[in-house]
Amino acid sequence: MNTGTLGRVYEDGETLVRQGEVGDVMYVIQEGEVEVVHERDGRETPLAVVGEGGLVGEMAIFLREPRSATVRAKGRVRALTVDKKNFLRRVNEDPSIAFRIVETLSRRVRELSAEVARLRQAQGG
Amino acid sequence: MPHPASNWNAERADGGLKLADGSRVGVLGAGPAGTLFAYFLLEMAGRTGLDLHVDIVEAKDFLQPSPQGCNMCGGIISESLVQNLASEGINLPPTVIQRGIDSYHLHMDVGSVRIETPLHEMRIGAVHRGSGPRDVTLRDWDSFDQHLLQRAIDRGAHLLRGRADGVELDAGRPVIVLRGGGRETYDLLAVATGVNAPVLKAFEAAGIGYRSPGVTRTFIREYHVGRDVIGRVLGNSMHVFLLNIPRLEFAAIIPKGDYVTVCMLGEDIDSALVKAFLEAPEVRRCFPPDWQADGKSCQCMPHIAVRGADRPYADRFVFVGDCGVTRLYKDGIGAAYRTAKAAARTAVFAGVSAEDFGRHYGPVCRTIESDNVMGRLAFVFTRVVQRLRVARRAILRMTVDEQRRPGRLRRMSSILWDMFSGSAPYRDIFLRMLHPACAARFAWAFLQSLRPGAAPRQEA
Repeated sequence: MNTGTLGRVYEDGETLVRQGEVGDVMYVIQEGEVEVVHERDGRETPLAVVGEGGLVGEMAIFLREPRSATVRAKGRVRALTVDKKNFLRRVNEDPSIAFRIVETLSRRVRELSAEVARLRQAQGG
Repeated sequence: MPHPASNWNAERADGGLKLADGSRVGVLGAGPAGTLFAYFLLEMAGRTGLDLHVDIVEAKDFLQPSPQGCNMCGGIISESLVQNLASEGINLPPTVIQRGIDSYHLHMDVGSVRIETPLHEMRIGAVHRGSGPRDVTLRDWDSFDQHLLQRAIDRGAHLLRGRADGVELDAGRPVIVLRGGGRETYDLLAVATGVNAPVLKAFEAAGIGYRSPGVTRTFIREYHVGRDVIGRVLGNSMHVFLLNIPRLEFAAIIPKGDYVTVCMLGEDIDSALVKAFLEAPEVRRCFPPDWQADGKSCQCMPHIAVRGADRPYADRFVFVGDCGVTRLYKDGIGAAYRTAKAAARTAVFAGVSAEDFGRHYGPVCRTIESDNVMGRLAFVFTRVVQRLRVARRAILRMTVDEQRRPGRLRRMSSILWDMFSGSAPYRDIFLRMLHPACAARFAWAFLQSLRPGAAPRQEA
């Protein structure tokens, strides 16, 4: 019997983050994978798959804007929430705790830059 | 004798002290303060391209059950610490977390109430610091301290098995004198021994201005109850007690995997006080009716710090965790994380002189110390509640009402939650206690509790 899991378990297809909602937590994936999708005019565009140890919903920590994408469990997922208030209190004492978020965001900027370049090349070609 | 691998030209041109490539750093103690210091020091040094040699000196083997492998603690990883570690990329797996805690039960003579986590999520972890009590037979979970130690080793730290008996200075550099005659010289020594290590006396005598923290005793006992019974009777709830028993300040029963940990805090805890607590009807109700305490259960009465050390840093020395400063009564491992990381950050980005630690590490120590002042005030309130039956009835009434009405701002519940879980600074908790809306609701509940025959409401 496993008694020692932290966080909450989400079943396949269950929504962690809904696009358009205002959030005040980010999620750290403890087990499994989630898919990030953008919804527009009733159509979904897959953006990314985030696995164990990854962060999702981190923009809500810094931006007071509605969630920009929906995050859904891909299979059974266990995720832990990190409160905005707790995190910002900690950043105030120790800004280096944000290193990992900066790394995550930097990686995403790099991936998006590569994607933009690929799309422009495709358009030009 | 300088170590050949060490860079002894670690002084800055301005006369300060700074770590350089090849500098040797000693960490005395492999509890969370020591291992997290080593982990973050190596992580931040790696980011800046600094190549350090880090030794963690520890005599205990956390793979051994019984007190020989245990750092004596209730074993609660607070909600805020679970989140902070996750944010740092340090996730605590189910092989280490024995039980995820999702709620608190507050027990008083006037009734009990269950207080749930805000998001109905397992946000608190119950662990064994070592590999379990002396009577453990099934070792299904790993030691929490060993888990963090392994993380530090994976980052590049070296484990040096040994017991430090003394400390000396060699041209201003710390030298650890090991039992058996070994000596290790370092450019920086982080002391993370906790407050129960005799070697702290040697640091007081070393002429660096350090004076160890003020302490009190706590009582911890591990009872084997079995995971099925724990799941059925205690659930995933920590049980805390505000009982009017003389000399008892606070007590808790923490469910783990196969064991429950009983923690008591009070004045001059002795076997009579332990017996009075265990025989209280509110405590008996937390155990199966036919359960009897096993007299051979693993127990300890370690010191815990209640006042920070004087001058927890000097040139090339820094004291982290309990032997430096910790939070009053709660979240000691959370304070170990905060102090360890602040000290590591200072050593990598500022320097290792007393001035550097005073400027960058000192503020974190002072923040914790000043918050403890507010904590003492908050605990005065709980002492009043312990002694005044009508106040206990009012607290119960207010909390039960809040837990029954979802959506309503749960002021008293959040105060109690944060007091017991150590999740928020005491300052926040104290200010919430003084909030006019909270005070007005408490006053109303107090007046209602004064009515003759007004039965306190039970269990939400």
